[in-house]
Order: sequence, then structure tokens, then C-alpha cells
Amino acid sequence: MDIRKQLEQRILIIDGAMGTMIQRHKLREGDYRGERFKDWHTDVQGNNDLLSITQPGIITGIHKEYLEAGADIIETNTFSSTTIAQADYDMQSIAYELNIASAKCAKEAADEYTAKDPLKPRYVAGAIGPLNKTLSLSPDVNNPGYRAVTFDEVAEAYTEQIKGLVDGGVDILLIETIFDTLNAKAAIYAAKKFFRDNKLTELPIMISGTITDASGRTLSGQTLEAFYNSVRHARPLSIGLNCALGATQMRPHIEELSQIAECYTSAYPNAGLPNAFGEYDEQPHETGHIIEEWAKEGFVNIVGGCCGTTPDHIKHIADYVKKFKPRQLPVLEEVL
Amino acid sequence: MSIKPYLRLAGLEPLVMRPETNFVNVGERTNVTGSKKFARLIRDNQYEEALSVARQQVENGAQILDVNMDDALLEGVKAMTTFLNLLQAEPDIAKIPIMIDSSKFEIIEAGLKCVQGKCIVNSISMKEGEAKFIEQAFTCLSYGASVIVMAFDEKGQADTKQRKVEICHRAYKILTERVGFDPQDIIFDPNIFAVATGIEEHNNYAVDFIEATREIKQLMPLTKVSGGVSNVSFSFRGNDHVREAIHSVFLYYAIQAGMDMGIVNAGQLVVYDEIEPSLRKLCEDVLLNRNNDNNEATEALINFAETVKAKGKEIVKDEKWRNEPVEKRIAHSLVNGITDYVELDTEEARQKYPKPLDVIEGPLMDGMNIVGDLFGSGKMFLPQVVKSARVMKKAVAVLTPFIEAEKEERKQAHLAAGTTNEEAAGAAKILLATVKGDVHDIGKNIVGVVLGCNGYDIIDLGVMVSADKILETAIKENVDIIGLSGLITPSLDEMVHIAHEMKRRNINLPLMIGGATTSRMHTAVKIAPEYDHGVVHVLDASRSVTVAGSLLSKEQKGDFLGGISNEYQKLREDFASKRSVKSFLPLAQAQANKVFLDWNSFTPVSPSFTGTRSFNNYSLDEIANYIDWQPFFIAWELHGRFPQILSDEKVGVEATKLYNDAKELLQKIVSEKWLTARGVIGFWPANSNGKDTVTLQDNNEVVDLEFLRQQIKKAAGQPNISLADFIAPQETGKQDNIGAFAVSIHGIDEHIKRFESQHDDYNKIMLQALADRLAEAFAELLHHKTRTEFWGYAKDENITNEDMIKETYQGIRPAPGYPACPDHTEKYKLFHLLNATKEAGIELTESLAMFPASSVCGWYFAHPDSKYFGVGKITRDQLEDYATRKEMPLENAERWLRPILD
Repeated sequence: MDIRKQLEQRILIIDGAMGTMIQRHKLREGDYRGERFKDWHTDVQGNNDLLSITQPGIITGIHKEYLEAGADIIETNTFSSTTIAQADYDMQSIAYELNIASAKCAKEAADEYTAKDPLKPRYVAGAIGPLNKTLSLSPDVNNPGYRAVTFDEVAEAYTEQIKGLVDGGVDILLIETIFDTLNAKAAIYAAKKFFRDNKLTELPIMISGTITDASGRTLSGQTLEAFYNSVRHARPLSIGLNCALGATQMRPHIEELSQIAECYTSAYPNAGLPNAFGEYDEQPHETGHIIEEWAKEGFVNIVGGCCGTTPDHIKHIADYVKKFKPRQLPVLEEVL
Repeated sequence: MSIKPYLRLAGLEPLVMRPETNFVNVGERTNVTGSKKFARLIRDNQYEEALSVARQQVENGAQILDVNMDDALLEGVKAMTTFLNLLQAEPDIAKIPIMIDSSKFEIIEAGLKCVQGKCIVNSISMKEGEAKFIEQAFTCLSYGASVIVMAFDEKGQADTKQRKVEICHRAYKILTERVGFDPQDIIFDPNIFAVATGIEEHNNYAVDFIEATREIKQLMPLTKVSGGVSNVSFSFRGNDHVREAIHSVFLYYAIQAGMDMGIVNAGQLVVYDEIEPSLRKLCEDVLLNRNNDNNEATEALINFAETVKAKGKEIVKDEKWRNEPVEKRIAHSLVNGITDYVELDTEEARQKYPKPLDVIEGPLMDGMNIVGDLFGSGKMFLPQVVKSARVMKKAVAVLTPFIEAEKEERKQAHLAAGTTNEEAAGAAKILLATVKGDVHDIGKNIVGVVLGCNGYDIIDLGVMVSADKILETAIKENVDIIGLSGLITPSLDEMVHIAHEMKRRNINLPLMIGGATTSRMHTAVKIAPEYDHGVVHVLDASRSVTVAGSLLSKEQKGDFLGGISNEYQKLREDFASKRSVKSFLPLAQAQANKVFLDWNSFTPVSPSFTGTRSFNNYSLDEIANYIDWQPFFIAWELHGRFPQILSDEKVGVEATKLYNDAKELLQKIVSEKWLTARGVIGFWPANSNGKDTVTLQDNNEVVDLEFLRQQIKKAAGQPNISLADFIAPQETGKQDNIGAFAVSIHGIDEHIKRFESQHDDYNKIMLQALADRLAEAFAELLHHKTRTEFWGYAKDENITNEDMIKETYQGIRPAPGYPACPDHTEKYKLFHLLNATKEAGIELTESLAMFPASSVCGWYFAHPDSKYFGVGKITRDQLEDYATRKEMPLENAERWLRPILD
């Protein structure tokens, strides 16, 4: 069923953190390698995306926990499934395969839940992460004009990822945790070109940026409105924010976004700010209540969690926002 | 909620082109084809310096940066990539959008791959056919860029108006229908070619561009028009004086026709009105192709092209009383507000006293205490206190570096000794801000100075400050009090919002409310209930000291807030009870009780012109004659009638000094042309519908002006007035007229900045107050001329300045947002009709405040019986009717009209 129909009626819930849930399984190097990569020449512990191939049961299980908690949209385990990000493990060659495998894990879980309750259809969003190399910033402080990667290389890597996600059957593309808008523009460029070159109907695109601190700007220096102006040519299904901030810090930004966005808005903050040990300790009901207020004010259409959030967080968020109407799409005027 | 189809660009910051956005300057110096210097720097790989060219463009006011690397000796793709990558690392440049300029598409695409913001591509065209054009457009779209389309097709570059329009329209259809462009992302460049080349066919080129622009904007209203302005004056290269004049005159006409942006050297544009009239006339003849049948105009301009001049000026001063000890001299300077010697004296005191801080705590504070006592006992007045503060600030500025150095020394000593450093807690901090959407800050600045004089540490966030910024700063800076200011009515809502946010964020700082639009009643009824930790309305600057003192004193705070809270509770009760007592008529009955004028015997006077007329750089000298001084004294909290106040027993001496200082500054402003007066007026045929709507005809456009009507039940025989009553109803069959005006005083910023850097609050506030007076005076002047000349309905009016101030003349000029027509949103129509943003340079904020702050606008009504009144409170039926008439969602209408809703 068309997700737009659902968005008109209610606030949709997107799932919470994948990494936090994988950590709970306390996996070791051997678990990551599985049978297939037992002789791989580099360490692969920490390559969470690889688990979709080597431990698909765990990944599918996590998806189901989020679906059980009430998530309408689940994200594939593909945050780093590009040739560029996989180079850290020298696994560029399996990037396409990772996307297919992850899409299948998510699709299997989502289909199972849609079948259980067809009135609450579940959607799979193919997660397209920000890369470990950026197009607007130089990694070398003495050479500000230097770039570790080119636009064409980034677009090519994303094209391959998008092909994998689409072939694996995702319903939506989710370009997320954008801290450099130019990387996101390369992803948008890749997606549009992929659909056009292959004569496919475009999948809806969700875009989610990251405001890194109290300055209200992205890491690459754009204000929120500048960021929005720079990606709105994607004609996205939704524009939103995730990561870096807890819900409290995210509030003024999501409020602003709700005023300027022509499309639906999304927000999935971290479970507060990390404590001295780098752990997130905001409790599910705390996150839930902050997001509840956004729903009450009419700021949002899609909400969920990012780093540190758990199925329990998602359940609380889903319960608290249920009673509120979604944000209404603004009227797009045709004259000045 | 709705969103307008504006062109929305971005660098690190957004650039939204609204209808009221002034002409946008595109910086042109980072173009190797246009700037020899830039080309040399790029060729020599001196990219650092090349960046400074870009930075200069931004500093000179470029809002978009054009970058072009088309040079036969350069590898264009590489140069473009290198330069743009470097530029991204410079936030002060990268904040504005980039226009990627090349005739080679591969260079354009290379540029698009380097910039995260939303760019403009300059340019694509159909010169190589449709297929190529479509392909390039698709590429631009997939990078999210807006495009400039040159009026160029398979047959060549368009030079006539007709060809320009045809090609642009064809490109428009392709882009919107086949490529999927939003119309607002399309910018046309209908080719600016050189005039005055001596070739007769070229003489009409400027006219062709201007007229094509006009038609393009009518045909495709969401699109934009741009152009490379310097081309037009190409024949005069080497003669910058003439070129600049030609550019200004050209832009003056092209912008009127609808040109939105242009590639210009932002640092080198003369103001149209500042061009010597003879040169201006010659430029106009050439550009508009007048008197030019045999190149006469061209020849005249060429003959002229040899005159340039410059000018300069200077001032002097003198003094005595210098033989007393340094403490006395400092006190003397403080009490008398003399800045000339304070730096010298402070330095002398610093050497005399053991520590620099002792100078502040000793002679300076002693002097300020004298000032405080005199002010407290009514022997000194605000203008003097502000002068004293200026002296104090200068003295502190002398001492600060020494105090800092000492602090650092102590810190190092502590570090070395391993002991902890406990600096004294310091003065109480007060945060001040004019709220979001409001630009007025004279009152807030005065409060800041007065509190500063009393030893408080002031954090002034300036104007148009969001709730978020105010509250975040309050917490980060650990302030003790938050003070909010506002002048226009929508600011009241913003203050309620801030109070609400303070509660939500669990802030517990006391909140002070001030500004012309605020009141004790509004504070009690609307703001105080939103917040539990103390909200106090402060009537004026002198009272802010006692209020702040009470709020910060541990002993007094509880009692003080308790007292305020009781007082406000009582006000709320009064308000509630009064409200039920007043009775209102239903709207229909109020309309039936309108002002009945005898239209049969009324003959409308037709204005001398219809449409608009603008006044650029109007003589300040002439305007100054129309100044009404009384509000000026009120701004300085000196109350009394002018001119009697000058000889007032109590404040007369100080009022006279203030008046003299004001006159002196005014003299300087006028003679040195510090400020520029810009204005526009307009008249249109209009009739009312017999109710509350006035319909006017502007060319082919019909505009409904919506007015509000008094609904309070009146005594027998008294009408329920609406401004619409003063315009002849349609049914009378008589065509009546309505007028409008908007005026503004520009150029204050640089002088304010200069005074700020000199710690001179006195002159800063004086200048702001004078600019406000000049804006009002300009409005008065134009109204006078409107009555006697432009509209001419009172040609034989002969009244004195005093009469004018007393408004004894015929006709009124009420302003949207003020009592007779309290809805601010009608300003949109007024601005649209007058094109006030372009013609008078006035921007509207989201709260519909006008910027620059010294601006005035309003409607003209001519009927002899028209008069000022207040609409007063209205009831829900009128609100609903009004919202329907305005096709505005009810909740929006409610928000705007909240101050007058019962």
C-alpha cells in the first residue's frame, strides 16, 4: 500500500538503533566471519553490515523486535554497505551483495508483520549512510583544497548500493545521517540517474540530515534552511533530522524544519547525549515524552530513534504519539 | 500553512528571493574573463590571493558569487575544481550561493561536483539545438542547480525584444514540461549588449533588454531575469566614472521592468540619485534611445566623458578646567559627558593607583555615583546619563587590557603555585533583546545604557532575536535577568511565546518586558500567566534600574514579585470584569451604523497621476523642515510640549542642550549626506462596496483592501467607523480614489557602527531618534505635497508647520497595523501596489515590521470628513468575516488580530 496514504492518516514510526542492538549479542571476530569469511585476510569485527550475510538470523531478529514494538518503517542494515566504506575491511567486492542480503533480512521480517496485520503495512527503507570520506571537507588541515574522494567516486559507490537495495526489494531509499550535503547530493544524483537509466519507477526518497551541535549547522557548515534548499530537488517523500543530538537539543531544529518543508518531516534523535562513558542513558519514557510534545505541536510525520535507542524506546514513542494527528502538508502556492 | 514558490538558493546560508527582495548583486570579480587581476592570480596559481578577491566581493555586498575560469591558457576543469574546493573551506565566502559560469559545459559540471549548496548554472541555451539543451538541463537538475538560460537559439543570440521573449518562452516550456524544472528555478538572461557603439542598429539594445524583461516577467511571473550589466557600457571602457553612471541608470530602469539580479561589481555602483543630473540625463538619453536619431545622444555622452571630481571636510574644538586633581577631572568629564580627555585622564589615574581595577572602583565609580544621584533626584536627565555612559565606556576600554593582563598573571601564578583561582563573581548580568520579527531598538539601547551605568553587565543580543537564541544565551551566559523589547504589535505574541518557552524549559529567571507596544495590562493578562518566576512590565528606562535592583536583591525580590503578582492579579480581574461590561454590536448592525457621508454633493478630485512615483535621495534639508520635535523629546524621556519644553523650569536647560546637540547632528547628517531618504507614493481609482472593502484598480489588476470596523456599542447618533466609509461606494456611481505611501531613511548602519566602536551611545541613540524623525517628516512632507500638488485635492491649503503637526489639514494617512486599520498584513498589499521594497528599499520582517527601522507607510484618504480613530475591540463574527474576505485561514487572522479581539 502506498506509504503516502498512511502518512496522511497518522504519524509513522521508524525503528531505532541497529548497532546498539547488535552490541547486546556480544559478538566476537569469529561470529562476524562466519563460515564464509573464516580465512579473510583482515579483521572484520565491527563490520556490522557483514552480519546480514554471516548472521542473518540475528539481524532479522532485531528487525522483528522493532516491528513488534510498533515500527512502521524499518531500516536495512546497510549504513556502511558501499565500496568506499567497506574498504576499511577490504570488502569492496561484496558491497552489492551486502545490500541484497540486508534488504532480504528486512523484507522477510516486514512481510511477516504485514501479513499478521494487513491494516498496518510495514515498509523497508534502504539505509544509505554518509560514508567515511567527505566531499566538502579536506582531511588535511594544511591543504584545505584537498579531497580524499571525488564526486564521481562517491556517486559510483552509491549507485552500486542503490542497485543492491532495489534488487533486494526495499520500498524506500533513506539517505541519512547527512553531515556533508555534497555527499547527499551525490547520493541523490546516483538515485535519480539509476532510476532514469534503468527506466524504473522512482522509489520514494527520505532524506535525513544531521545537525552536529548547538550552532544549528551541519558538520559541513550549512544552516538547516540552506541544507533543505540544497536537497529539495530530490523531491523527497520526507526531510528530517537524525543522530548527533538528543530529542531535547533537536527540538528547535525540527520545529524550524516543520515550517519550511514542502514534504513530510521525520525525526529520529539519539537517546539523549552520550554520558562520560559514551553510553546513552535517556530512558524510553523520557525520549517518548519529548517526542510526544513534537507530535502535539504538529511538527512531525515520521518519528523514531537513532543511536542508543532500543525497541523499548520505539514502543514508548509509538504509544505516546498515537493520539496525535500527523503534521499537515503545507499548501504549495503557485503565485508569488 | 502554505509555502510560496520562491527561488531558494543556498551557500552555507540560504538566499531566498522573495518579491520584496531587492535586486540581488552577483559578484563578478572572480571571473578570469572580466578581471585581469583574478586571471593573473589563477594563472600564477596564487589561489590564496584569488580567494581574497572573492572575500572582497562578499564584503562589498555581493549576494551570489559568479566564478568563471574560461581562459585559453587555463585548464578550466582543474582551475574551477581547485578554486571551488578551496573556497568551501572559507565560511565567510562560502556562506553565499555560487554561480558557476562557463561557456563549456564540462567546466560547469566540474563546478557542480564541488559545491554542497544550491548553485546557479550560468548558462545553458538552445544554441546547439533542443536535444543538447535538454540533456544539459537534466544534468543541472540532477545536481539541484537553478539555471540561467541565455536568449540564444539555433539562429543565434537574440537582439530584438521579440526574439528575446520568444526564445525564453520556448525554453520555459521545454524546461517545465519536458525536463521537470520548477518555474522559479529558471532565470533568463535576455542578453545585455553594448550601446553607444556608433552603430545605429545598436542604439536600441538597452531598450530591447528592458522591454523584453518586462514581457518575460508578465508571461512567466515565477521566473527571474538576470544579466551581465557591464556589457552595456563597453564602449566607455577605461572611463569608470561614466561606466558606473551608465550601469546605475540602466539598472534603475531594468529593475523597474522586473530584472531581479545582475552580474555587477558590487563595490562600484553609484546611487542613481547621486549621479550629477547632467550626466544622468545623457545616460538616460543613450540607454532609452531618446534624442538619438543621428547618434546625437551618443555623441553628447562621448563628449561629456571627461569630468571627475572629489571633495573633503574637517572640524575643530577647544577647552579649559584642566588644573584640578585627576579624580576631579574624571568626575567632571563623567558628569558633563565630556569625552575629549577621558582616555588621557584614565591613563594618568592608572599610573597613580596600585591596580587598574582601583581606577574603576575609585574615581570612575565615584563619578558615576554622582551621576546616579543626580539622575535619581531628577537633576540630570536621560540624554546626559547616556553621555556619561559614553565617557565611562571609553575609560573602561582604556583599562580593560591591563585588567585582563593582571587576571592572566594571577592565573599563571596560581597555576605555578598549584592553588585554586577564585575570581570574584562579577556584576549581575542582564540579557536584552528585541524579539524576533521586530527591528526597533532605540528604547532597548537606552535601557542597556542606563543599566550599564548602574554597574550591571549587559548582554545585548540586538534585534530580531529568536526565542531559542535568547534562552540559550541566557543559560550559557548564566544571566540573572532577561529583558525583552518590542515596538510593533506582533511582538506581543512573540513575548508570550518566549514566556511560554521559559516555562517549558524550566527556566527560573525573572523576565522584564518593555517597549512602546507593551503595557502593564497586556503583561498582566497575557504574558505573566505563561510563566511563574516573575514577569515585570517596565514603563521606561529610568524605572528599569529600580526594577532590576529589586529583582536582584535577595531581601527584596520575594516581596517585590509578590507585590507585582497581586497587582497583576487585580489587573486581570479588572480586565475580565470590564470586558463583560462593554457591549458590542453584531457586525451587520455595526455596518448599518456606518458613517453616512453626503456623496451626492461630493466631487472626487482626480490625482495628477495614477500609479506610482518614487523619490530617490530626496533632499534631507527640505525634509528637516517638517520635523515634529515632540516625539523626539519623548524618546529621551523628557516630557512636555515642544517648544515650551525648552524653557521649562525643570528640564528646560537640558532639553535645550539636547535640542542643540540634535540640531548639530542633524546639520551634519544633512550636509555630509549621511542618510538617504527614499520614498514612493501612488494613487489609484477606487470605490468601496458600501461595507468594509475598498476595491482599487491598478493597471489591469484589481486589488481589494480590507478594513475593519468599530463594533463597540456607541452612544446614540455616533457611527461605527471603518476607513472604508471614507471612500465613495460603487453605487454612488462616482469614481473615488485612494492613495498610499512608503518612505524610509537609509544608510544609518555604518554611522551606528562607528559610534558603537567609539563607545558613543549618546550619538548612536541620537542618530536613531533623528532618523525616525526624518522618516516621519518625510511622510509629512509627501502628504503635504500630495494634498497640494500630486493629488491636489487641497490646492489652496495654506497652513503652518504647527497646524500640520496638529493635523488640522484635510485628509488622513493611516498606517496598517495602527489603530484605524490594525491589521498588519494589509501591508503586503500596500507594498505590492507601491513596489515599496524596490522603490523605497524597505523590507518586511515576518512580523511585518519595516526594515530599516526608520520607515513609515500608510494609505491616503482625501475626503474632508475622513479622520483618525481607533477600531477598538472586535468580536468573533467580524474576525470570521474578515478572514473570509481576506481568504486567510481563520487561525492566521486570529493570530494577527489577537490584540484587538475581545
